[in-house]
Amino acid sequence: MATQHSRSAARLMMTPAVVLLLGWMLVPLLMTLWFSFRRYLPLRGGDLGWAGFDNYVRFVTSSAFWPSVQTTLILVGGVLAITIALGVLLALLLDQPMWGQGVVRILVIAPFFVMPTVSALVWKNMFMDPVNGLLAHLWRFFGAEPVAWLTDVPLASIVLIVSWQWLPFATLILLTAVQSLDSEQLEAAEMDGARPLSRFAHIILPHLGRAITIVVLIQTIFLLSIFAEIFVTTGGAFGTRTLTYLIFQRVLESQNVGLGSAGGVYAIILANIVAIFLMRIVGKNLDR
Amino acid sequence: MSLKRALCATTALTLCSTAALAQDSSITIATVNNGDMIRMQGYTDEFTAETGIGVEWVTLEENVLRQRVTTDITTKGGQFDIMTIGMYETPIWGANGWLVPLDDLSAEYDADDILPAMAGGLSHDGTLYAAPFYGESSMIMYRTDLMEAAGLEMPESPTWEFVREAAIAMTDKDNEIYGVCLRGKAGWGENMAFLTAMSNSFGGRWFDEDWRPQFDTDAWSETLNFYIDLMNEAGPPGASNNGFNENLSLFQQGKCGMWIDATVAASFVTNPEESSVADSVGFALAPNTGLGRNANWLWAWALGIPAGTDQEAEAKQFIEWATSKDYIQLVAENEGWANVPPGARSSLYETPEYQEVPFAEMTLQSILTADPLNPAVDPVPYVGVQFAAIPEFAGIATQVGQEFSAALAGQTSPEEALENAQAIASEEMEAAGY
Repeated sequence: MATQHSRSAARLMMTPAVVLLLGWMLVPLLMTLWFSFRRYLPLRGGDLGWAGFDNYVRFVTSSAFWPSVQTTLILVGGVLAITIALGVLLALLLDQPMWGQGVVRILVIAPFFVMPTVSALVWKNMFMDPVNGLLAHLWRFFGAEPVAWLTDVPLASIVLIVSWQWLPFATLILLTAVQSLDSEQLEAAEMDGARPLSRFAHIILPHLGRAITIVVLIQTIFLLSIFAEIFVTTGGAFGTRTLTYLIFQRVLESQNVGLGSAGGVYAIILANIVAIFLMRIVGKNLDR
Repeated sequence: MSLKRALCATTALTLCSTAALAQDSSITIATVNNGDMIRMQGYTDEFTAETGIGVEWVTLEENVLRQRVTTDITTKGGQFDIMTIGMYETPIWGANGWLVPLDDLSAEYDADDILPAMAGGLSHDGTLYAAPFYGESSMIMYRTDLMEAAGLEMPESPTWEFVREAAIAMTDKDNEIYGVCLRGKAGWGENMAFLTAMSNSFGGRWFDEDWRPQFDTDAWSETLNFYIDLMNEAGPPGASNNGFNENLSLFQQGKCGMWIDATVAASFVTNPEESSVADSVGFALAPNTGLGRNANWLWAWALGIPAGTDQEAEAKQFIEWATSKDYIQLVAENEGWANVPPGARSSLYETPEYQEVPFAEMTLQSILTADPLNPAVDPVPYVGVQFAAIPEFAGIATQVGQEFSAALAGQTSPEEALENAQAIASEEMEAAGY
């Protein structure tokens, strides 16, 4: 048991780390806040003075704002739906005893180790290219007109690419949860005459509840700031401009740091709303 | 004891290496990963041997390079002693006093030999701020065999109407041959470079003399409609994702009848090691509509020195070396005349050996027909042929490019895209205080 003395010593020793971490977060945050109230245009000579709430008003009233929020939410929602549905399925499959299980598991989690930029490039050039892509050859082989994926269904294509990347993560977490399920319970249900589907709905799925909320929470945090896949594939065209991408455009392409910073503050607010909302659900789920 | 000794040794080593670094003067250069620049890096040792100045390279993809050097210069980061920049950045940065003026280059360098169009685009108020490493315009590259099979003959300076007819005649979608490949990928340096140059030939322009955006004019409407119809009839599928590199690869695979793009591409499409159609490529001037302007652009990749660098003299020495006549000679001796950096110096086009290169004359003609001060049929308040050299341009044009790319993909109508473009440009220009 810790004494009063050792506790204060621990606090003292923790202080540098805490201060460092706080500074790490606070300094960029405060700078973003500061810049969002300035007319800061690097190519026009830098900081041109106080701007009040102009940047905030301009960012929200711009015709690009609401579409970008919508795109962000569709992207996050789409990827979550796909990765969780397929993740549960894959977890159940991988849990079955089979020959070469180790190799199959490695293959399933492999996409997670590919860098986002690389995977986006591979998908764009090797699979989805309407002339030279593998899918185009496949379509032609069956006598169909190839699909120009990234222009005809751009958002769905990006959801697909991102889902491919995040599926291993969801699968891994869900697989661990499936493995922790008590098999006697399932056997008992089977003996009582429960069909596979109702066993799944009434025993497995509720058991996976916690794991699913964790997947939702972690993935949402990362997916809200998704960038590389969009940069590489469509460059934000065809309605694939997310909030993060819009901020990037404002700061780096339009060289308007003030406007972009105001966007950054909105993004922080949005992320916090989502986080609070999710934490409450997770909290409920984890307390049970 | 041993720890102490190790620490001493490390300190001594650090001191030694720091001292070694301090003795050697060395410059850091940021550049773009284009073939000619990569080649230049291969010859750096010759420069170091000549002058004793070491060179460190930071080689980046075009978009990344732009962001890195722009960030570095606006924040006065001082990471680089030489930056590879283009005709868009140079006049703006020169006006801001961010670049070292290059008005005192040595007599043997012969600055007057730089092509006037290039020097003009890389100057502000008549002072040169970056030296062109290579320059380019755009032109038509076409398949002579397909043209012959279609029973047509390419004039030296074709009209858009002829290009349309020829493209349709050459298209054979079942065999994956598309009459014309054009840029469709969104971006101010991608589809907007092409479309801006094209609209110049249709009588359009970016801004009128009061800086009012012009996307609500007939000229732009004709441009965009013609472009989209042409691409739908005779372009490759998924064209709205194709930029320079994608089209280059399509052309090299023999899938394009015509390709209107940068003149530097000529050496890639005629290189038998890279191109399956190397022996049947012809060249013509970029198309026009008879209004006196061709749809060709003007660009230079140039080397500039950020103001405030400690190595100004060394940096100047390098720039003189890399953009000199001797460098051209060096590359020609080692790799043949077709591979020298084109478009920067008049004397290159007077060299008899270079005149035999198949695309040399058309490149020079294309460069000479582009005028950055009078790019459009009507007068304009900006400098630049396929862009307007104002800080706001890149941001606006990228968004406008996305609208036009979406129209090409069939997601919006050309009219809607133009309306949106007008709104975006007006909104940004108003906010910028024009």
